[in-house]
Amino acid sequence: MTVFVIRRLMQSILVLAATAVIVFIGVYAIGDPAEMLIAPDATAAERAQVEASLGLDKPLPVQFLAFLGNALHGDLGRSFVFNQPSISLILERLPATLELALVAILIALVLGIPLGLIAGLKPRSVTDETIMTGSILGFSLPNFWQGMMLVMIFSVWLGWLPSSGRGPTGHIFGIETSFASWEGIRHLILPAINLALFKLALVIRLTRTGVRETMPLDFVKFARAKGLTERRVVLVHVLKTIMIPLVTVIGMEIGSLIAFGVVTETIFAWPGIGKLLIDSIMRLDRPVVVAYLLVVVSLFILLNFAVDVLYSILDPRIRLGRN
Amino acid sequence: MTPVLVVDNLETRFGSGAGLVRAVDGVSFSIDRGEILGLVGESGSGKSITGFSILGLIEPPGRVAGGRILFQGEDLVGLPSERLRRLRGKKIAMIFQDPMMTLNPVLSIETQMVEAVLAHDAVSWKEARERARDTLGLVGIPSPEERLKAYPHQFSGGMRQRVAIAIALLHRPDLIIADEPTTALDVTIQSQILFEVRRLATEFGMALIWISHDLGVVASLADRIAVMYAGRIVETGFTDDVLDRPAHPYTRGLMDALPANAARGEKLRPIPGLSPSPLARPGGCAFRTRCFAATEICQQEPVLQGGDHSFRCHHPLPAGVAA
Repeated sequence: MTVFVIRRLMQSILVLAATAVIVFIGVYAIGDPAEMLIAPDATAAERAQVEASLGLDKPLPVQFLAFLGNALHGDLGRSFVFNQPSISLILERLPATLELALVAILIALVLGIPLGLIAGLKPRSVTDETIMTGSILGFSLPNFWQGMMLVMIFSVWLGWLPSSGRGPTGHIFGIETSFASWEGIRHLILPAINLALFKLALVIRLTRTGVRETMPLDFVKFARAKGLTERRVVLVHVLKTIMIPLVTVIGMEIGSLIAFGVVTETIFAWPGIGKLLIDSIMRLDRPVVVAYLLVVVSLFILLNFAVDVLYSILDPRIRLGRN
Repeated sequence: MTPVLVVDNLETRFGSGAGLVRAVDGVSFSIDRGEILGLVGESGSGKSITGFSILGLIEPPGRVAGGRILFQGEDLVGLPSERLRRLRGKKIAMIFQDPMMTLNPVLSIETQMVEAVLAHDAVSWKEARERARDTLGLVGIPSPEERLKAYPHQFSGGMRQRVAIAIALLHRPDLIIADEPTTALDVTIQSQILFEVRRLATEFGMALIWISHDLGVVASLADRIAVMYAGRIVETGFTDDVLDRPAHPYTRGLMDALPANAARGEKLRPIPGLSPSPLARPGGCAFRTRCFAATEICQQEPVLQGGDHSFRCHHPLPAGVAA
């Protein structure tokens, strides 16, 4: 286990370094932020002064080395636009996104696993067909359209839920969260459902397929032959088996929810990092974009690690650190 | 003595219409306490389906379409599923063919044994665990206390089969159905398992139905033999009677095909042709298409004739032509 963690850590550092290079060069290629920041009527001298103050006058390798040196000290640069450290800009907004993503994945799992089980246990029944049709809709209708429909139905027509913004937040165990007040929860419901729908469809399908594949196996029949109740056969023998592929996929999906919740955050004006990223790209705010991508990559590395550990807990055939 | 199990004219079918398969087509036999019955036949003869029918483990589209299965006087056909569950593993246990597949790979041996105890007896986990440990020792697993914590992949095939046998023995059932439990094992392990099962069956006075395609194995083990072909029992009687004086050409064919019965260097004599497809079984005697003695009359269904040693053939072989 220790060997595994150390090896994984080394790999992570390599991945981060590679990403840093790619991202830095990529962002450099998009365009010159000075064009956006400096008024068109500025003189050449003013221009040169701004470029020098931001370090934009130096050649790319020098800029990169400077960035790398600072990054090692935890400084990922200052936002050109906000004149704040970019990492603190991101961390400021990360909780809102994390909360949204976690609630969404929770909805997807809590609804998706039972629905998938029901569908898989009674294949081709009316219940199964209904659930599967629903999941096709969840899959194929564009996310932004689903979001707009949710707003239309629940905010405009029924007037039950607010359509935009994050409600009041409070602190529970020192964590800033919408769950502190009913109003906060009300603001969270629609965006969370919007973000969850696609994942819900995915979880349903994964679970159903898993059940269909596992049910005919000998060990399920043997479990029945032992006289176990159908409940235990399904909830212990079958479910534990299908959790293994499910965990792998869900782990990565959490990452993508956090990193790419942009559409939902835009529709519901949710003040998360997705929105910050889009704004920063538009303004060519390089330090924020670079910092954002590095944070996201770190997040994926962490999730990947968590999945591997969970995997070894769920599947006794896999022991970490042994070849 | 009343028999433990009486199977009377059992019919198990799959599908319907043109796709109707009479997997078990009017099978009758009975077995006494402490007796070992060998159920012999080729793949697809319906012997395993007969075993699963007794336990009520036939899954749709399969179904027991007719006949009675009297276990200690109670008809198992059409019994409510909960009542059947209480019998499974408690009074009637089953051992499966492939030990690599019968144990759930993601659950420990302890879990899989303890749950089998708890499915029927209201005892504590600790008590159930002690029983599991003692039973593991009984079937010849060294250091059972430690082995309980292990997972199936940490056992060899033979050891896994011993675990499966231990699970079958947990409740000292009155009847054990063993579905080719040695087929997937090495020859040396085979004989160990055979010896072990016979010892335990005698020790606990259990009735044992040993399903096998291997006449050699059954000959050394069973008190009585029932030979199945195409869903029917074609010959049955005490092992010595059947093997010394086979009446049905099919039984004779099986014996001739045994390598042990051929002199060294002599060619084996397989039965010509293939087992008929269950979808297109010939009318009358199903064996007539492969039988050297077949005549016109074989197009009519032969009835079971004889007493203790009975057979289903129009042209029984004269006594004393044993191989």
